[in-house]
Amino acid sequence: MTKLSPVLSANWDEKDSFTIEGYKRHGGYKAAATALGMEPDAVIQMIKDSGLRGRGGAGFPTGSKWGFIPQGDNKDHYLVVNADESEPGTCKDMPLLLANPHVLVEGIIIASYAIRANHAFIYLRGEVVHVYRRLLQAIEDAYAAGHLGKNIGGKGFDLELTLHAGAGAYICGEETALLDSLEGFRGQPRLRPPFPAIAGLYAKPTVVNNVESIASVPAIINNGLEWFQAMGTEKSKGFTLYSLSGHVENPGQFEAPLGITLREILELSGGIRKGHQLKFWTPGGSSTPIFTAEHLDVPLDYEGVSAAGSMLGTKALQIFDETTCVVRAALRWSEFYKHESCGKCTPCREGTWWLVQMLHDLEAGKGTEADLEKLLDLCDNIAGRSFCALADGAVAPIISSLKYFRDEYLEHQRNGGCPFDPVASTNFAAVNS
Amino acid sequence: MSDKDFISFSQEQIATMDKIIARYPRSRSAIMPLLHYVQSLDGYVTPRGIEKIAEKLELATAEVTAVSTFYTQYLTKPAGDYHVGVCVNTLCAVMGGDAIYESVSEHLGIGNHEVTKDGKVSLERIECNAACDYAPVVMVNWEFYDNQTPRSVNDLVDAARAGNPPAPTRGPNKLRTWRENSAVLAGLNDGLANEGISAGEASLRGLKIAKDKK
Ligand SMILES: Cc1cc2nc3c(=O)[nH]c(=O)nc-3n(C[C@H](O)[C@H](O)[C@H](O)COP(=O)(O)O)c2cc1C
Ligand code: SF4
Ligand code: FES
Repeated sequence: MTKLSPVLSANWDEKDSFTIEGYKRHGGYKAAATALGMEPDAVIQMIKDSGLRGRGGAGFPTGSKWGFIPQGDNKDHYLVVNADESEPGTCKDMPLLLANPHVLVEGIIIASYAIRANHAFIYLRGEVVHVYRRLLQAIEDAYAAGHLGKNIGGKGFDLELTLHAGAGAYICGEETALLDSLEGFRGQPRLRPPFPAIAGLYAKPTVVNNVESIASVPAIINNGLEWFQAMGTEKSKGFTLYSLSGHVENPGQFEAPLGITLREILELSGGIRKGHQLKFWTPGGSSTPIFTAEHLDVPLDYEGVSAAGSMLGTKALQIFDETTCVVRAALRWSEFYKHESCGKCTPCREGTWWLVQMLHDLEAGKGTEADLEKLLDLCDNIAGRSFCALADGAVAPIISSLKYFRDEYLEHQRNGGCPFDPVASTNFAAVNS
Repeated sequence: MSDKDFISFSQEQIATMDKIIARYPRSRSAIMPLLHYVQSLDGYVTPRGIEKIAEKLELATAEVTAVSTFYTQYLTKPAGDYHVGVCVNTLCAVMGGDAIYESVSEHLGIGNHEVTKDGKVSLERIECNAACDYAPVVMVNWEFYDNQTPRSVNDLVDAARAGNPPAPTRGPNKLRTWRENSAVLAGLNDGLANEGISAGEASLRGLKIAKDKK
């Protein structure tokens, strides 16, 4: 049985965990001091050797990403932290920043020093005012304590850190759209190459990393490689935050070594809500193909989830029981992608519109079996033919739900509408509120 | 409300804009916080706000408008003092968000992106707000109201209209107005960061289990 391993969340139950005093009581800012005493390249090498992979969805090795930044090029370098957290189901970075914003600030100091950046940015989604407050206060307190600004820790390293609020656009989580947004444009993805490591923010070498990736760095510096590598699996090292939501007895954040299974998390947390059974779930947000009860023992690491036909993504475990209509779920997610399509390329802009139309009809019982083929055909013409990965995410719930629940789509037609009672799936179904 | 209702920006407000611009290596990057700031002053993105931002950043007004209209948080008409966002993305919708939206919409007699006649409450169907472990989620002025029901949200808006909204679940001790919170998003520290809890019950679930097992 895999055990939980709270690292990032270890102090969240303390009243002042978000203050600089609360953070320092647990050794906060020691890792930054250690790192600033190392050669920058040695810091990059250490993160490479640790095996830390990006926690924003794609799992790219963090140290390698840092290593791509050209050195000695006499250009400004930038670190941009992706705190846009908008992938449906994903809810790990916001509680982390509410409870412990300083661990991100410390990670930013270390990462910026390693890649020789003197200005870093946090791009925070705009719809979370209290998270903004906590981060802003943490940054101001870090400046006042000499952890940011000029000549940090007397080591000759200068770093400015700017907090930037988005304004409600899922696409700005895509790293190149994020950079355009941060430069003051509409947030639309850029053609790659050039990659951000060569031409990122203001066309300068830039690292874009997820909040959790950067926040994991101080613990690695403090505790060493062996400690980190003792957790996780062969190619997916370390600990990570799994976010359990939906029809479970006890939803929440579970920090565990990579490779834990949903069955284990459910056993630890109290299982599916009483009297109900697991029907389908997402391993890593709505853009990752859904799983069913047959996937309860899939190791939730990058390789394990891929091998089973989905993606680890953001580790957003959204759980739905037998009261949930899968067509309704697919339709609602499709409406999300349609709303969030940035409009830059035709297959996605027009295609997501058509997906919603067809799913509406299917949900209303007005579809036919031939429409299911048409729907899949449409998906084929969107995925892989669009400019960015938003479109691939848009078809994931549809293709995967058709794979496992084809007959449920047809049942809508036979029934002349949705056969489910939406009240039964609410969490106040029995309470009569 | 027309643009004539607004007198020109004060010297102090213009100085604040200059400070916002100074945070960035290139001035154009300040467009988003400046739009949040305009919303904090005017209640939405006003024509005079667009013009001022364009002047400050040496852009055409059309360029500023193009950016402003791309992002859903920038409004083209005034929000209520209490802007209520009901999450209707799949997980919240299924857990009760759809029922909450229907109920509060009927209760207030307004639909998506509409404002009550007294200007107090506006309503919006919102996407996943990164709080799914607290579903169904409602955001008021972009503060978290966790684990809601149709009844709790109807009570919430009634109390808000009476000038006495309940405190957010994970937020400051007292709910601020939509304009006040827009100023925070422009980067103006309101000094409330230390209010409220570190983490809600769901955020602590794994930690608690790990400690109990020890
Ligand atoms: C549509 C779309 C939305 C995304 N949203 C986010 C997000 O909210 N947060 C995030 O960290 N990465 C997001 N990503 C992934 C980023 O593009 C990028 O891979 C990531 O920030 C890199 O950080 P990492 O290497 O530390 O994981 C998104 C990607 C796409 C295609
Ligand atoms: S795939 Fe969609 S979101 Fe991505 S660039 Fe094309 S239109 Fe924009
Ligand atoms: S689905 Fe509502 S907060 Fe995530």
